[in-house]
Amino acid sequence: MTFFQADNLIINFGGIRAVDDVSFAVSKGEVFTIIGPNGAGKTTIFNLVSRIYEPTVGRLVFEDRDITKVPPHRIAALGIARTFQNIELFEHATLLENLLLARHVHKKSTFFGELLFLPAVRQMEVEHREAVERMIDFLNLQEYRDALIVNLPYGVRKVTELARALCTGPKLLLLDEPSSGLNVEETEDMAFWIEDIKNLLGITVLMVEHDMNLVSAVSDRVLALNYGRPIATGTPDEIKSHPEVVRAYLGG
Amino acid sequence: MRFVFKTSYEQDVRLFRDGVTAMWYGLLAVVMLLLPSLLSSYYVGEITWVFIYGICGVSLMVLVGYTGLLSLGHAAFLGIGAYAHAYFLQHGVPWVASIALAILITTASGIVVGLPALRMTGIYLAIATLAFAVIIQEVFTRWEAVTKGFAGMAVEKPVIFGIHFNDAATFYYLCAAILALTLWMTRNLLRSPTGRAWIAIRDSEIAARSMGVNLAVYKSIAFAYSAALMGLAGALFAHKIAYLAPDIFTILLSIQLLLLVIVGGLGSLHGAVFGAIFVALLPPTIAILRDSIPATLSDVASTTGIGLVGAVGKAIGDFLKKPGVEAGFFGLILVLVILLEPLGMYGRWMKIKLFFSTFPMYKRHTFTRQKSYMKSERLR
Repeated sequence: MTFFQADNLIINFGGIRAVDDVSFAVSKGEVFTIIGPNGAGKTTIFNLVSRIYEPTVGRLVFEDRDITKVPPHRIAALGIARTFQNIELFEHATLLENLLLARHVHKKSTFFGELLFLPAVRQMEVEHREAVERMIDFLNLQEYRDALIVNLPYGVRKVTELARALCTGPKLLLLDEPSSGLNVEETEDMAFWIEDIKNLLGITVLMVEHDMNLVSAVSDRVLALNYGRPIATGTPDEIKSHPEVVRAYLGG
Repeated sequence: MRFVFKTSYEQDVRLFRDGVTAMWYGLLAVVMLLLPSLLSSYYVGEITWVFIYGICGVSLMVLVGYTGLLSLGHAAFLGIGAYAHAYFLQHGVPWVASIALAILITTASGIVVGLPALRMTGIYLAIATLAFAVIIQEVFTRWEAVTKGFAGMAVEKPVIFGIHFNDAATFYYLCAAILALTLWMTRNLLRSPTGRAWIAIRDSEIAARSMGVNLAVYKSIAFAYSAALMGLAGALFAHKIAYLAPDIFTILLSIQLLLLVIVGGLGSLHGAVFGAIFVALLPPTIAILRDSIPATLSDVASTTGIGLVGAVGKAIGDFLKKPGVEAGFFGLILVLVILLEPLGMYGRWMKIKLFFSTFPMYKRHTFTRQKSYMKSERLR
C-alpha cells in the first residue's frame, strides 16, 4: 500500500517552472525532510500537497487514493494537516479557540442544532475540548490557553501552530520550517516533539527545514532540491556527504 | 479582583461565565422589565429603537465583526424585511407566518448577495453590496404594485395569536424579547463550530481552508444568517415606524448601521448592543439638549444677571437646531472612536471594568498591544 506518493510534480508560474518533475514517496511512520536553498521550490511542494496550488502536471496519492483533484478544504478530513512557514494563526482569537477550530473536520452538529445549542452540541463541544486538552498537555501550552494569539511571543505561536495541526487528528503532518525564528533551545524542544509525534502519536511527518542539526536529528530520509529539481534522496548522512548537495546547498 | 476557578470543561461552554455574571444579567433583565412602568411612553419608544437597532447590530456584527466581510448594503435587507412583512400583513397573512416569510425572503436575498462574496473581499465587496442597496432602493420606488412607491405604505400594529401590541409598552416587551432571542442564538453559534469557522475566515482564509473549513459554505451561512436577522429587525422596524417609504432605506442608513458596529466595538456581541444604544439614543439626546440648554442657561442668566450666559445658551440652541448637526455628530464621534478607541465602546467598557476590579492596581498598559512585527505573506 502506498502511504503518500508524489509522481512527476510540475508547476509553472508564468514562465517560471517552480517545481520540475519531482517524485517522492513517504512511507508510514517516517520523518521525511525536504531541504534545499532558498527558492528551490520546497514550500511550493507543500502548497501542492495541501492543494492550495494546482499542479500543471503530476499526481498525488494518499493512502492509495488519488488526491490530485480533491478540494483544499477536504484535505484535512483525509488526515493531512499542515503548518505554515510564516505563522497563519487566527490572531484575534484565543489559543483555545484556535485549537478548537482544528476539530472542525470532526464536527457532527448541524446549523440549527448549533443555533439552539442542543445537548448533543454541548456534549460534542466538551469532547472536542478533551481532545484539544490532550494536545495542550502534550506541547506544554497550559499557561497560554486563554491568551489571544496577538499577545503571544513568536516561539509560542510556532508551537501553537503545531498543536493546531495535531488537533485535526492527522495521519500525515506537513511542517513548513518548524524551527524558523526559534532559538537554539526552542529548536531542541522542537526536535524532541517531532520525535514524540512520530513515536508516541504514530504520525508520519513530511517536513521542510533549513537547520541541518534538526534535519539530522529527526529525519529518516531526506530529499534535496535545487531549482525545483530533485538532486538526491537518502539518509541524512548520505545527503550530507553527497557532492552535488554539498555544492548546491551545504557548502564546504 | 475576582477569579473564576474552573473545574470542568462544561464551564467554558456555558452561556454565562459564572453565577455572578448570570446574576448581573438577571438584574439587567429585571430593570428592563420594570422600565416601561417607570418611564413615560416617549422614552419607552426611544428604548424600543435600541432593541431594533440592537438586532441590526448583531446582524452586521456577525458579518463584519466575526466573518470579516464588509457590507455597505444592509439597509436593503432591512427594507426587504420591512416591505415583505408589511405586504403580507396587508394581505391578511397572520403575524407569525408573515414575519417568517419576510425572514425567508431576506435570507434568500442574502445568499444571492453573498455569492459574489465568495470571490471578493474588502473594498470590492463593499462596493458590490453598495450597488445591491442602490438597486433595491430603486425597486422599492418603482415596484408600486407591492410597495406603493413614494405614496408610502401603512403598517398595521402587530397582533400575535390574538394579543394586540398596540401601545408603547407592549411593543417594547416584544422587541426586547426578540433581541434577547437573537443574542442567545448568535451566542450559541459563536460557541459552536460555525462561529469558530467565521472567526477563522476573518483572521486567515488560507489557514481556515487547510483546517477543513469550506469557505464558500461558511461565508454563505454568514451572509444568510446576517440577512435573516436584518429581515427580522426590518419587520419590527416597519411596525415601529408605522409608515414605509423608499427614502428610509438609503445608503446613509447602511452607513449608520456600519457605524453602529464600529463604534460599539467590532468582534463582540456587547459591542452590537452598545452601538445600538449610541445610534438610537443620540438623536433624542440632541433633541433634548436643543431645548434644555438654552432654557437652563437663560434661567441662570436671569438669576445671576449675567446676560452673556443666556446669549451662549441661545447660540448653542440655535446651533443644535441647524440641519445636519446630527449627521455631523455621528461623523465626529466615528472619527474620534477610530482615533482614540479602536476597540469601540465595548473596549472602553472593559477598561472601566478592569479599573474597578483591580483598583488601586490598574495599569494603563494592560491593553496596549505589542505591534505585530511580522505580517505573514498571504498566498492570495
